[in-house]
Amino acid sequence: MATDFTWMIGGPQGSGVETAANIFSQVFSKMGYQIFGKREYYSNIKGEHSYFAVRISDEKIRSSVKGTNMLIAFDAETIFRHADDVLENGIIIYDSTLENMRVSDVITFENDFKDRLENLLKSKNKEATVKGMLDLASENGVKVHSVSFRSLLTELSEKLENPRIKNMSRMFNVLGVSLSLGLLMIPSEKLTDSVNSIFSKKKPIAEINVSAANFAYNYAAAKFEHNNLKFATKDIQDNTILVQGYYGTSIGKIISGCRFQSYYPITPATDESNFLETNEILEINEGRPGSTLVVQTEDEISAIGMAIGSSLTGVRSATCTSGPGFALMTECLSWAGINEVPVVITFYQRSGPSTGLPTRHGQDDLLCAINSGVGEFPRIVYASGNVSDSFYDTTQVFNYADIFQVPVIHMLDKFIASSVTTCERFDETKVNIDRGKLLEEITSDNYNRFAHTEDGISPRSKLGLENGIFWNTGDESDTQGHISEDPVNRVEKMDKRQSRLGYILEKIPESEQIIQHSEGDFCIVSWGSTQGPILDAIEMLKNDGIDIGFIEIKLLHPFPKELLKKHLSNSKTIINVEANYDGQLGSLIRQNLEKDPDYYILKFTGRPMTCTEIYDTLKKITNNNAQKREVLTYGA
Amino acid sequence: MVLKVGDFKTDVHNDWCPGCGDFGIVNAIQMALAEMEIPRHQSAIFSGIGCSGKTSHFINVFGVHTLHGRVLTFAQGAKIANPNLEIIAVGGDGDGLGIGAGHFVAAGRRNVDMTYIIFDNAVYGLTKGQASPTLKLGEKTKSLPTPNINYNVNPIGLAIASGFTFVARGYSYDVRQLKDLIVAAVRHKGLAFLDVLQPCPTYNDINTRDWFSGEDRIDETTKKPMPRIYKLEDTDYDPVVHYSDETELNQKKTQAIVKSLEWDSKIPTGIFYKNELITPFTRRLTDKIPNYLENPSALQKISRDGKSITNIDKILDSLNVEKTKNE
Ligand SMILES: Cc1ncc(C[n+]2csc(CCOP(=O)(O)OP(=O)(O)O)c2C)c(N)n1
Ligand code: SF4
Ligand SMILES: [Mg+2]
Repeated sequence: MATDFTWMIGGPQGSGVETAANIFSQVFSKMGYQIFGKREYYSNIKGEHSYFAVRISDEKIRSSVKGTNMLIAFDAETIFRHADDVLENGIIIYDSTLENMRVSDVITFENDFKDRLENLLKSKNKEATVKGMLDLASENGVKVHSVSFRSLLTELSEKLENPRIKNMSRMFNVLGVSLSLGLLMIPSEKLTDSVNSIFSKKKPIAEINVSAANFAYNYAAAKFEHNNLKFATKDIQDNTILVQGYYGTSIGKIISGCRFQSYYPITPATDESNFLETNEILEINEGRPGSTLVVQTEDEISAIGMAIGSSLTGVRSATCTSGPGFALMTECLSWAGINEVPVVITFYQRSGPSTGLPTRHGQDDLLCAINSGVGEFPRIVYASGNVSDSFYDTTQVFNYADIFQVPVIHMLDKFIASSVTTCERFDETKVNIDRGKLLEEITSDNYNRFAHTEDGISPRSKLGLENGIFWNTGDESDTQGHISEDPVNRVEKMDKRQSRLGYILEKIPESEQIIQHSEGDFCIVSWGSTQGPILDAIEMLKNDGIDIGFIEIKLLHPFPKELLKKHLSNSKTIINVEANYDGQLGSLIRQNLEKDPDYYILKFTGRPMTCTEIYDTLKKITNNNAQKREVLTYGA
Repeated sequence: MVLKVGDFKTDVHNDWCPGCGDFGIVNAIQMALAEMEIPRHQSAIFSGIGCSGKTSHFINVFGVHTLHGRVLTFAQGAKIANPNLEIIAVGGDGDGLGIGAGHFVAAGRRNVDMTYIIFDNAVYGLTKGQASPTLKLGEKTKSLPTPNINYNVNPIGLAIASGFTFVARGYSYDVRQLKDLIVAAVRHKGLAFLDVLQPCPTYNDINTRDWFSGEDRIDETTKKPMPRIYKLEDTDYDPVVHYSDETELNQKKTQAIVKSLEWDSKIPTGIFYKNELITPFTRRLTDKIPNYLENPSALQKISRDGKSITNIDKILDSLNVEKTKNE
């Protein structure tokens, strides 16, 4: 039997849940397992609940599943929120001092949640305490291990003769993960290795944490009743890397030659700019060091304004934002459109409207990315389905921007940004750089920035280039770039710009526009980060003998209408899957194909889709007992 | 090749109203560029939206006519990406101090080495004369239905408070002084701000050319008008911060703010404040990117024969599962 195991740790924000999950992920990746982890947190700095679920498998995995096999809790809220998610034969390790905490003691619960929880416990005749919750879990076949985290610290403190350790409750996270690894009998040197590598910047802290880790590990190995779970060490597949979700676009930008990024902080986009600034100085083959200039601006308008200004000097330039920031950028986006300026906007979506669910996942800005802005102008909207794709796609979107001289909006989302996953090392040899018609030299003295050409794209000068003087304006302009309200010129200029959309569809290879992952009478059409859960769900159905088709649309604007028609020609039933309320891609399909998808699988709780949910819903559809619109709601 | 003022003119039809103060400013910019002999392709005029925004089309260097209020963002991006460019940003008082006020303050804090000129006519010219942020409280210019209900912003004071390191005021009908101020602003190492009093004969019937030259106040004895405008350079006013010292800095800043409050009977022009002891943004960048000035973004090669020359091996190695060992 293949290993498929989901481990979860929860705790208040600021308590090191992420560190614990990183230790766990590193340990298992070093043991040769595939990892897929996701982080969930509130829009808050300290105190609200956050959790990290890490799924491990010996086969390729691309998403999370419904249910948890092992839960680590050192606060009451984690137990209340997740204990009922632990599967039969699953395990809970918790801090025994929490046992008598009542639901009403947890001040961070939303009122609605509290009511639901109390009703649940009441209906099962359980008291509204941690103990009641755990009893319920036990009845469901969950094995519960209790240990006082505080006592562990006291014992360790005595053992090491270091009285300070007694009060170091911030090490609960490391104790938690180590207890679970001890119980699972994972080789202890892997734990030591990982703790050391994660705290490598601070030696003394690393030492204390290693002691705590080993102490908790040994405690669990000796005291907890063992189960028959076995995790054999496997060969690590060549070139496996363990990445945070936002590394794809970050490293993609570095290798693409993006040398300017301006941004204004916003979740979940900021991490990328942070990464770029941390790795600002670049190693250049056979050359002096290069650099990615990262500028934190006063707002998103300035972020895109600066990126455009930089692009006018010939630099590959980008900004990175989320919905609210993108909304502010749209006037400048139109300016880039009318002036044919290549600029990349990396758009990490979260859940709207407005600030919505600021730290949660969503794909509800597709139509906003396609439509917002002043007037009609060409742009490209391109979406990536996973971290690794986002690396290669980033290198492509810079090429598209340069070749077609348009702004490109690269769609990603919170699900991708805050996942942690093993994948194949990014392959630099596959990366190409094409700067289109950017000029490095102009010898004639009659250069016109917007000169008419056969393909509608004019050779592009840059600020500072001799003989290359041009004018730009947000007004309609003539071929030099000077304001013109002449109606004949207007028609020519509109044709020049808007014909770009058809040209884009013609020039971008079909394989970069749409990916047909599989074929079937039932065919899913989707975009972006739903890719992972869909592919995993399709695998699961294959084991049941059902083949489901899957078409992933990467180029969302201009919309590859004819190509999609071709791909769909063999499918009888179309299933639209996306993380929003309206089915936004669905509306593009209706608009372009004059065809309403037969089913919509939608999710807008702010939590990413699991493959299990998609699997269950596809089953309903293939059994012909699904609603046209199926809404998924799993996840805390 | 010696550059003449004529080389900096385009043949674009200028559609400003006859007598508009903007003409003097464009002439002064062209004269300054010619005097400094900056090769045409090495300078760029960035402009906002308004009557003033059209300026970039009349000057024969790179011209980037941006969006209402956003000119400083585009201009700074270009300058930071290519610090070898000589950049002058221009725009209206509504553009820079109304819709773009946030960028104005942020730009001051950065102190990017470039020049920013505001065409200060106290009205929104292009949208037909509404009150701009520099119009005084209670004043009722021609096209206002009721007197201005807002207090005015003080551009000189705001620039100093925001961190601009060169702050001056010109008058659009004194083209010679204005040209000198532009040259000084461009040569200044840091962000230079120039507030240019610019009569708008069409909509501002209060701060007119005659008003500035005092036609309404005739000296009893000489029977001549008493001009409101006077030049700081004709007084013993010293705008320069000479050494790094808090007392010196505070004294120069406060005297400039106090000076900027003069209005009505005497209106100073010239340099209010100049401080080259504050490091420009472009230099600050070298603290984190040591070779930034020699190898800025715009000069960096990124590919050879269609292949990237950036080496990401170290970053990828650090993510390698096998190699995530303790150091
Ligand atoms: C976002 C936006 N809002 C409003 C306008 C309309 N608009 C054009 S010019 C202008 C005011 C111009 O006043 P000012 O900046 O003082 O320049 P002036 O015309 O006086 O030189 C306005 C409000 C616009 N172009 N863009
Ligand atoms: S409206 Fe005023 S500022 Fe605009 S061109 Fe006419 S005179 Fe000049
Ligand atoms: Mg004005």
